[in-house]
Amino acid sequence: MNIVGQLAPLAFGLAAIGSGIGVGIVIGKTIESVARQPELQGRLQGLMFLGIALVEALAFIAIAVAFIPFPKP
Amino acid sequence: MPLVTGDDAGGGFEPPSIDDFFPGGIFFVGTPFELNRLMLIRLLAVVVLLLIFLLGTRALKVIPGRGQVALEFVYDFVRNNIVIQPLGEKNGKRFMGVIMAIFFTVLAMNLTGTIPGLQLAGTANIGVPLILAIVAYVLFIYSGIKKFGLRYFKNALVLPGVPIFLTPFLVILEFLSTFIVRPVTLVLRLLMNLVAGHMLLVLCAAATQFFFFTVLADGNPLGLLGIGTFAFNVAFVVLELFVAGLQAYVFAVLTAIYIQMALADEH
Repeated sequence: MNIVGQLAPLAFGLAAIGSGIGVGIVIGKTIESVARQPELQGRLQGLMFLGIALVEALAFIAIAVAFIPFPKP
Repeated sequence: MPLVTGDDAGGGFEPPSIDDFFPGGIFFVGTPFELNRLMLIRLLAVVVLLLIFLLGTRALKVIPGRGQVALEFVYDFVRNNIVIQPLGEKNGKRFMGVIMAIFFTVLAMNLTGTIPGLQLAGTANIGVPLILAIVAYVLFIYSGIKKFGLRYFKNALVLPGVPIFLTPFLVILEFLSTFIVRPVTLVLRLLMNLVAGHMLLVLCAAATQFFFFTVLADGNPLGLLGIGTFAFNVAFVVLELFVAGLQAYVFAVLTAIYIQMALADEH
């Protein structure tokens, strides 16, 4: 059997698993902290977005992989 | 406006392609100063930004008007939450101008991605993110060298309190993460967010057009799926507006934090 197609979306899918879990943990922990100390919400939100941006970077690198001109075998 | 690219303009579903981000030249074609749609959008964003700040800060009043309040709100947010909070009062004032410029440049060029008629983010091509990341990169290395001299590289690379046999590995790791991964992720995060956002918007718009004007026009009730894709389109526009602000915030905050880490005394 011959399967023809692009492999790059698969790479993104795999990378998205990791950063999806990461973003979930970041947001979940932020919600937990806000539930404990609601007065810190402003600062925690800033930290949360920062954390999300860092974790998400891996997924975006995976998107970029599709556009790297690899030499054809 | 080439919202959807493709060879056959009539009928059929045309998915968005990467060519959207490399539009053909309009002015000065063939010279090094070739202006395409993307460059014109960037220039427009810069001109609008300059006009807003020039006109908005020309006659500041003690009792501010509506425009001044809006402008001061954004300025205050950047000043306190992005610059002063990580860097502190003294260092914050040193780097206020450049971080402020980075924030508003990224914001203005991100927002062009959702403005009807432009619909192509100025940062959706590698040029602008690359230049801004190089500015941030040079800035944090410069601030470290200015404070510590060449000792900055030792501070940045060698972790104190690590067993001696582990040090070489950690130096390599720290070098990779500080001097290579940081600028690359700065570029890719901004670029890929905007590229993916544009793709999503165009995909939804193209699907809506296809369902309504090709499938439904043929009398096929499946064309009503277009209502769903249109709803998603609207939702993604809102998401893109949020992403535009968020990415500007993240880019500026990361620049500030990298500078702060370069200035920190002990690692």
